[in-house]
Amino acid sequence: MLFTSYEFLAFLAVVFLLYYILPKKLQWVTLLVASYAFYALAGVEYLAFIAVTTVSSFIATILMGRVSARENSYLEQNRAGLSKDEIKAYREKAKGRRFLILCLALLLNFGILAVLKYTAFAVVNINSWLHTFGAEGQLTVPSLILPLGISFYTFQTMGYLIDAYRGKAEIERNPFKLALFVSFFPQLIQGPISRFKDLGAQLTSPHAFERRNFTYGLQRILWGYFKKLVVADRVLVAINTMIDAPESYGGFYVFLLIILYSVQIYADFTGGIDITIGIAEALGIRLTENFNRPFSSRSTKEYWNRWHITMGSWFTDYIFYPLSVCRPMAKLTKGCRKIFGKNIGKRIPVYLATVITWFLTGLWHGAGWNFIVWGLLNCLIILVSRELEPLYAKFEKKFPRLHASYAYGVFMSVRTFLLMGLIRSLDCYRDVPLTFRMWGSMFTQFNIFEALGGGIEALGLGLADYIIIALGCVVMLAVSKAGKEISVRERLYDRPVLSWLCFGALFVAIILFGAYSVGYDASQFIYNQF
Amino acid sequence: MKKRILISVSALLVICVLLSLLQALVIPKYTDNKEGALVSEYYGEVGDHDLIFVGDCEVYESFVPAYLWEKYGISSYVRGSAQQLVWQSYYLLEETLKYETPKAVVFNVMALKYGEPQREAYNRMTLDGMRWSTSKIGAINASMTEEESFVEYVFPLLRFHSRITELTPDDFRYAFRDNKVSHSGYLMQTGIVPQTDFSEGRAEVDYEIDENAWKYLDMMRELCADEGIELILVKAPTNSWMYWWHDEWEAQVDDYAERHGLTYYNFIPLADEMGIDWSTDTYDAGAHLNVYGAEKLTEYFGQILSEKHGLADRRNETELAEAWDARLEKYYEERNK
Repeated sequence: MLFTSYEFLAFLAVVFLLYYILPKKLQWVTLLVASYAFYALAGVEYLAFIAVTTVSSFIATILMGRVSARENSYLEQNRAGLSKDEIKAYREKAKGRRFLILCLALLLNFGILAVLKYTAFAVVNINSWLHTFGAEGQLTVPSLILPLGISFYTFQTMGYLIDAYRGKAEIERNPFKLALFVSFFPQLIQGPISRFKDLGAQLTSPHAFERRNFTYGLQRILWGYFKKLVVADRVLVAINTMIDAPESYGGFYVFLLIILYSVQIYADFTGGIDITIGIAEALGIRLTENFNRPFSSRSTKEYWNRWHITMGSWFTDYIFYPLSVCRPMAKLTKGCRKIFGKNIGKRIPVYLATVITWFLTGLWHGAGWNFIVWGLLNCLIILVSRELEPLYAKFEKKFPRLHASYAYGVFMSVRTFLLMGLIRSLDCYRDVPLTFRMWGSMFTQFNIFEALGGGIEALGLGLADYIIIALGCVVMLAVSKAGKEISVRERLYDRPVLSWLCFGALFVAIILFGAYSVGYDASQFIYNQF
Repeated sequence: MKKRILISVSALLVICVLLSLLQALVIPKYTDNKEGALVSEYYGEVGDHDLIFVGDCEVYESFVPAYLWEKYGISSYVRGSAQQLVWQSYYLLEETLKYETPKAVVFNVMALKYGEPQREAYNRMTLDGMRWSTSKIGAINASMTEEESFVEYVFPLLRFHSRITELTPDDFRYAFRDNKVSHSGYLMQTGIVPQTDFSEGRAEVDYEIDENAWKYLDMMRELCADEGIELILVKAPTNSWMYWWHDEWEAQVDDYAERHGLTYYNFIPLADEMGIDWSTDTYDAGAHLNVYGAEKLTEYFGQILSEKHGLADRRNETELAEAWDARLEKYYEERNK
């Protein structure tokens, strides 16, 4: 059931109604039933996978809790008779047990994700190597199902497991409440990836109907649909035309693709997240924001602090930091310092952790070399930027007025936007050598006049479409600017006439200019595929 | 609080009115593809028909109610539309019977070759023109292709919104009034494109008429029987490889008619007898009749209807005759243009 389908809107209306008319103690049960119904509608066969993740995580956390309880009780009773070393040894032993449970649960769940999502990719690569080395046999590429949102719910749930192990999250003792945390339907398919400490209690505590929350929620949903239907899905037509026949669309078209795809993925992904957060808000639940005006970023590092924030923080907290401080890395740091000196030695482990993190980030986005290369290119830009920091500092010192000027800020943002757009085009072509060739064509094919002289009209969009897209972008930019300090909804709340005017116009614009119904492909949100 | 509620209610009203106006504007007016305007025209001419034709293009291009009246005094109406599927004919008939009870219903069997929903564009041409009733709901549910949604029939704005960037003067002209295109459901074609290609139709993969098509023909038959109406099956004369009537279909329809005691006329082999000349009586190389061919068929069939099916000559009924005379005048006005 796509967010953009009429069925979903009807489903949502029923959920809102039941949520607020049933007794408050049943609210979380309503959400759980709704979430499982939503998931079952995507494919009943998927239910088994999400159930395994839920049950295994529940058992693992309960077992870890028991180990901790036993440890505490034993130490409480026997502390007097134990030496410091004995206490330490006992604690280590208990920690080892918890760690074993954690590892088994992580292995099972990441194993499921890996098998379902990456087996075919691995087999294709093995076959390619076998062919390269002259082997005759080829392995059969399996066709496995990929449960909806598996990357998102696995990461969210494993985050909870790790937090429970670290003692940063309360252990949920009701399996059904945990099931709701894993399957909460608005965020199930494209995030944001929430933390249990932020979301767990909110989901299961009662929420009275609050007009302000509900209104804000509906307005945010509307805003999400505007981005998705009016902008993202309309741009998609031109993007698909260029991707389907890349050899016909080199040179200036690649530049155009980079711009249009940046617009599309922004409108699509932030639109989807707006709908998700809006639904939760209407239910009285506050989800973590996933974006913070990403295209205003002046550097790649800043961009990743503003784009898909919850995924970035997940990789930072659960991959990058543990990798950076783990024992083998400490040993490596020590060794590198000895060999390369203090300055370089301290960098190598950090850089290694960064490379691994970005490799995994790329892999998380999809089973393809384009995603891996995309991740590694992001990493490269971040590391190079870090190395160039002293140079930037010198420049800043030499030209303080220029550096502080508005124009320079715009230049930095445009540069970051184009750079991110460029490497993001790997996601469009989904073929690394092809993408590199297309990048090269920007410098070898000079067809800007051909494109502007009518070529872009052959991309499947008419003049009216380009005008609608441009106006949509202007509206998005204006709302982003206006909402920098206080959100537009808050600004408008006490001015009901203006509020109705704005959101009424938004509603009519969606109805009139949305790319939906027969003649338009009902396109999935891009991040649903991850 | 009261003020806020008042503002909200007013705003919702304004939005509803605005959307209604926009809907009237973007709904296709079918000034070029006139077939799309046929179904709704019936409501302006409801009542007192002794004969109702139902079916696809082969009824609204072949049978001329005005001519039938002129020649035999039979009051009739054609409830046909482009690629009207059997279930659509059934529901249109069911709806018609809520307004009037004719003595006979003529169903053109060409549509029996389709057992499942075909094209959204044709569905819209047939279904959008129907007034809301249980018949329309049934017709929509039976007709929708996978890409369609019921809600888009309830709010056509959702389906046709993209036309907002391609509106024509006709969209404004006919936003709130109908553009009358037919003569009691007959869509006149005065052009002549002679038949030149005498090839036979292409072979079908499967000649078995689908269960679903039979099901709705059964329902039509039962509906007529319940109301005491005679159901007559016909196959309009065509002579084009594009719309070929295969012998295998003919045999199945023949068999069905015999089993259920229905009269079935296949006019294809009778075309010569009724004087149809495929070099002058078709506007699209034999696929459909033009007005000259349609008049010949109507005259031929009218005699059968009068003599064998007891449809009375009502030209002596003053009020009815006046109404038909006015229609005839308009008919000849267009025919002789």
